Amino acid sequence: MSGIPHDHYEPKTNLEKGMEARLPILGLLYTTIMAPTPKNLNWMWIWGIVLTFTLALQIITGIVLVMHYTPHVDMAFASIEHIMRDVNGGHMIRYFHMNGASLFFLAVYAHIFRGLYYGSYKAPREVTWIIGMLIYLLMMGTAFMGYVLPWGQMSFHGTAVITGLFGAIPFIGESIQTWLLGAGAVGQPALNRFFSLHYLMPFIIAGLVILHIWAFHHTGNNNPTGVEVRRTSKEDAKKDTLPFWPYFVIKDLFALAVILVVFMAVVGFMPNYLGHPDNYIPANALATPAHIVPEWYFLPFYAILRAFTADVWVVQIVQFLSFGIIDAKFFGVLAMFGAIAVMALAPWLDTSSVRSGRYRPMFKWWFALLVVDFILLMWVGARPTEFPYDWISLIASTYWFAYFLVILPLLGVIEKPDTPPATIEDDFNAHYPAKGSTAAAKPAE
Amino acid sequence: MTMFRKLTLSAVAAVSLLGTQAAAEGDVHISDVDFSFDGMFGAFDQMQLQRGLQIYTEICSACHGLEHVAIRTLGDEGGPALPEDQVFAYAEYYEVFDQALFDGEGDFRPATPADKFPAVTSVGAPDLSLMAKSRAGFHGPAGTGLNQLWYGMGGAEYITAILSGYEEEPECAADANMEGYYNTAFAVGGFPESCVDEEGHNMVLGSWIAMAPPLYDGAIEFNDGHANDIQAMSEDTAAFLMWTAEPKMMARKQAGLTGVIFLAILSVLLYLTNKRLWAPHKKKD
Repeated sequence: MSGIPHDHYEPKTNLEKGMEARLPILGLLYTTIMAPTPKNLNWMWIWGIVLTFTLALQIITGIVLVMHYTPHVDMAFASIEHIMRDVNGGHMIRYFHMNGASLFFLAVYAHIFRGLYYGSYKAPREVTWIIGMLIYLLMMGTAFMGYVLPWGQMSFHGTAVITGLFGAIPFIGESIQTWLLGAGAVGQPALNRFFSLHYLMPFIIAGLVILHIWAFHHTGNNNPTGVEVRRTSKEDAKKDTLPFWPYFVIKDLFALAVILVVFMAVVGFMPNYLGHPDNYIPANALATPAHIVPEWYFLPFYAILRAFTADVWVVQIVQFLSFGIIDAKFFGVLAMFGAIAVMALAPWLDTSSVRSGRYRPMFKWWFALLVVDFILLMWVGARPTEFPYDWISLIASTYWFAYFLVILPLLGVIEKPDTPPATIEDDFNAHYPAKGSTAAAKPAE
Repeated sequence: MTMFRKLTLSAVAAVSLLGTQAAAEGDVHISDVDFSFDGMFGAFDQMQLQRGLQIYTEICSACHGLEHVAIRTLGDEGGPALPEDQVFAYAEYYEVFDQALFDGEGDFRPATPADKFPAVTSVGAPDLSLMAKSRAGFHGPAGTGLNQLWYGMGGAEYITAILSGYEEEPECAADANMEGYYNTAFAVGGFPESCVDEEGHNMVLGSWIAMAPPLYDGAIEFNDGHANDIQAMSEDTAAFLMWTAEPKMMARKQAGLTGVIFLAILSVLLYLTNKRLWAPHKKKD
């Protein structure tokens, strides 16, 4: 499976040989688990395992929750309370699932920004990147629909707002919104189909995760230097890599355990901190909450959605040029989806010949600004749409697009990158010099 | 790498600050209460829950239901923990509608512990089962919301503040003829134009709430002779409603603590394993 020269699976016992002759699944597992992995991976390469774990956690807790949940507008809210009060361990399972979504997005954002910094999206890993973006889109859909299921006030009115985004599409928008909801308004048909899709989509994500892993096992992992593993011979490859098991499995499990300490503390001691109190009020079509605020992980894109109001000149020009077809509302929707689209196009927008941001002196600062920008958008997304927040979100949204559409293409032309090390082995040895060399200053551990 | 670590840390810090998004709509007066169940090791005070149950039974239940709470749970550990015979006796206090009676036409009968508290819909008063979780309350210090990290969303503080927040109508409302009762903790009620200044800001805290002041000093005599002023009874009611909203809180905190300790030990073991595993590759002979 892997394109890096490596040892192949040798069946030893007769049972193994027999199995391998009929279905080479042991060989597949062997190549997957023993995949040669760049030995200089740093701690930002742990999020994949965290994400895989979280997907499993969400699917397992979700399956148990479904055993006790009723997707009916009159019973959904009460069935959640039944889970919280009467089901054995139900309160823990539900809080794991609720906060698991937050862990999922925390990890995916770390994972995405790691990819953006170290140029993991660049050739030959564009397909891995695109699959990752599809997973991220599905995650957002799944999380949104899951939030609808408790049928609280935020579930109900959030659904109205989000499906209303599709209603902003010119001419066909209203029909699309009705088609999505299965009715003219949020109600039983919407709850039923969101429940169905919320159960289905994680399995599609799981399938895409397998493709994601397959793709980067074929190209080999990226690494902090962005330098490829030497493929000249098996011996050279071995100098740059170590097998995934046990070296990276144990390392990743350690990182996962540390993250789970924090996660367990959140679930145990502050399980509702990241939620919204209004969702403990049963859905009521007649009483709209004062502020409809999405979950924290949607806030950056929610901020972009709201940033482009009718008084922004870009919006006015576009509206004029499109004969009014693209109004401010539709422009906002386009901007929100566009913000994700430009990220997905990063492999073709980045013109730099050097892969890793570590060797790109100017890129580093623009990238740091992008991270700050993302956090700023997240913060401003929860603020009301008034001065100065409207200006902050407009500027921050503009930077998001500028980074991908202007800065990434230009930097490759004007920046003079540093020289990356020749090999991964060199990089690793520079970090961990042999005993008796210059590292002697470092006290023995 | 170090840059990345810094960025990750600041991202985490920013996310944790987002809790401040749950700020109150209008300016209200909600102060912190030192509840026994606050914090990681906080536990419900059984006696306080029983007093709260008494206040709910004698006063609140006239208008408010607890439709998600099963009467049997009054005997659960980590709650009011009434003895079994008292739970049975308490259940008979309520009448519930049973569809199975009277050849399927249904009829009222005395409740049993297996029943839930009746929902009360007659006067349009909200159900109290989840009141303590469906309101964010005190979010200090200084509006940062950081205390919510450790002490919960503050719903119990909110309930305390509502029950003890009734005051004489402010002077600016003297001619407004407001319906309801002036309450300094209630954000979303009616508010007279005469109390809004030229810049559109409210000149007084809170707003007008439909609920008449339910408590007065000495409204209830407790068997244990506990303080029965408005503040004390408000806190007892809030504690009881925190329990109805989160009856498994103590089990949850216990599980959290066990999990954190277990995972922390696991982390240390994996750290040592990892270190030993990589040692030969990191320090070449």
